[in-house]
Amino acid sequence: MTAAKSIVKDPASRRRAAWERYKQSLHYAFHVITHPFDGYWDLVHEHRGTLAAAHTFLFLFLLTRIVKLMLTSFQFIAAPIQHINIFEQCGSLLLPFLILCLANWAMTTLFDGKGRFKDIYMAMCYALVPYILIQLPLVLVSNIITFEEASFYTVLMSFSLVWCVFLAFVGLMEVHDYGPGKTFVFLIVTVVGACVIIFLILVFFSLLSDALGYFVSMYREIMFRLN
Amino acid sequence: MKMTRRLSALLAALLLLLSVDAALGADDGFSTSYTYNYDYWSDVRESPDAYRVASVINSAMLGLEKIIRNPQSLYARDNDLYIADTGNNRILQVRREGQKFVFVREISQVQGAEPATFNSPQDVFADEAGNIYVADTNNQRVVMMDRDLNFLRAYVKPQDSTFDQGANFLPNKIVVDVAGRVYVLVTNVNKGLAKFEADGTFTGFIGANKVTTSMADYIWKMYFQTEAQRAQSENFVPTEYCNAYMDKEGFIYAVTNVFKEYDLLYDNAKPIRRLNGIGDDILIKNDRYPPIGDLVWDETDGPSKFADITVLEGDIYVAFDRTRGRIFGYDPQGIMLWAFGTRGNTDGAFKTPVSIEHMGYDLLCLDQSESSITVFTPTEYGNLIYKANTLYSEGKYDESADAWREVLRLNSNYNMAFIGVGRALLRQEHYTEAMDYFKMAHDRENYGRAFKLYRKIWVEENIWWVALILALVIVVPLIIGKVKKMKWEVFEHDRSKVHS
Repeated sequence: MTAAKSIVKDPASRRRAAWERYKQSLHYAFHVITHPFDGYWDLVHEHRGTLAAAHTFLFLFLLTRIVKLMLTSFQFIAAPIQHINIFEQCGSLLLPFLILCLANWAMTTLFDGKGRFKDIYMAMCYALVPYILIQLPLVLVSNIITFEEASFYTVLMSFSLVWCVFLAFVGLMEVHDYGPGKTFVFLIVTVVGACVIIFLILVFFSLLSDALGYFVSMYREIMFRLN
Repeated sequence: MKMTRRLSALLAALLLLLSVDAALGADDGFSTSYTYNYDYWSDVRESPDAYRVASVINSAMLGLEKIIRNPQSLYARDNDLYIADTGNNRILQVRREGQKFVFVREISQVQGAEPATFNSPQDVFADEAGNIYVADTNNQRVVMMDRDLNFLRAYVKPQDSTFDQGANFLPNKIVVDVAGRVYVLVTNVNKGLAKFEADGTFTGFIGANKVTTSMADYIWKMYFQTEAQRAQSENFVPTEYCNAYMDKEGFIYAVTNVFKEYDLLYDNAKPIRRLNGIGDDILIKNDRYPPIGDLVWDETDGPSKFADITVLEGDIYVAFDRTRGRIFGYDPQGIMLWAFGTRGNTDGAFKTPVSIEHMGYDLLCLDQSESSITVFTPTEYGNLIYKANTLYSEGKYDESADAWREVLRLNSNYNMAFIGVGRALLRQEHYTEAMDYFKMAHDRENYGRAFKLYRKIWVEENIWWVALILALVIVVPLIIGKVKKMKWEVFEHDRSKVHS
């Protein structure tokens, strides 16, 4: 990467090169999801993936989620459109996603995991690709099949989820250069870590509001005395 | 690090968004209007009034010298209304003439009975022959008399081992079937309804709750409770019905208030039951939620607790909630038709609901502390709902759909009406329109039925287009592949020529 930068000086051609790299890293996702062991190793260690592509997949994942809630036939999804808040939906997916990445990074760094936070984030984002590829067309399919043919729909849906989970697992394994057993243990540790992070965030915010409340009431008291 | 800074900013923004949303607060689902219904999402939808107050019957209106005190129950047969005036130890008979209610007589003496007077009678029943049954609670008997108040029979404490001989026999509510069998709800007895044959012999209890223990309960009791806690929990009372109604087919509708709140929505509490001859609950429940009254409640008041139930023409049942003074109507499939009522002092509001009866489609609701009976009569909207239901059960589907269309004109939030119209459209083979209606009501089964037929027709009409597109999708890449291959072969061939 650094080599490429030093060679190409001209900004226009540099932009073109970056665009080419971005396109290639997007296309590389097909290799990752079909050959996860090989693909994930090269993704991180051979720099075949880009952060931009990872962001794209995460964004597409959120988009899929929203499209699914809004356009899936009502026969298959009970989405109370009037109560759905898009930001809340995205937040409730994004926040756990990032917290889990963070927790995994925090834990594996201590136990000679090779992955940096960026690598973990990238691996997780690439693992979302099957979800996008299957669930987005399924939205369309849901509108041309009936409630009685739901098994077709549910099988494909579960398949996409299983694929994603498998990819995430392999991704972590390759990123950290762990064995399957160790990866599994660290998945559990990651969940525990995520709980700790959430707890800390809650404590932080409640303390913050208490502290703010203290100063606000002190200010009121002073103003009252002064008047 | 740039990355982490950006991340933390994002996190903070998200948290802010979430907290703002929580502060605004979602729709809480509590009813604020007098008449309402629940939509598919269990949200309250205001509705036109299905019933309005026709009149209020009280002591003054009946011209009674001794005012009604602490009345406990009503019973209506044809045009006769019986009121158990518990506080005055008497039964009042009132007759409906047109829209007016006229006092007929006071029943406080039974000729030939011992004792001849009542002591806090809590319920009354009249059979087809005109015989009157009175649950003479504090005299520990159920008295049966003919229409001229001559004593016929008394049903007393059963001399049976299944009845606790140390306890008092305090009959609370009674129903009688066409064969003259008397079913008695006895205060402090939780084995169900005591059943007496027509000749007065006791033949056991029906409708008791089956005692079930889950694995979790068992483990909790055996290993985690102290001796004292275990002793306490054994006092848990299973079912004690608080009222009953005998429908035309001889099934007993019973209501109970003994349940755990969280069991309600999962249909484990079963506050309304329809008991058959051997006491099994055969109530039909085809809605998303079982008939439990309000689907949403706040913690202070708690869920709906039914004081009484009555069954109208066409198996429509109406339950009277004493928590919020509301009246809930359900169709035979267990789908809520309407709910209305409130607590208060005005006409159409209640203080202490105790009993509900009906005359035709009119409802008579007894309020204990007001000592008055509110007579409700259906509005145009209420009548349309009944009309549509009746027509449908008679098999006149198209007329029924017309009635449902009228209902929709008055209340466009009425799910049953959408389904009713949709069904008729489906029969008339207007599939797309039917789909629209079913979609409005979130009726997946019917929508699927209509959609399947629509899809079949669509594919048949557009078969050539479908075939063409499929062909293009499959054939064009094939041709392109072929052409590429041929080009490659030509290229190879040329190259080999150069070499040779």
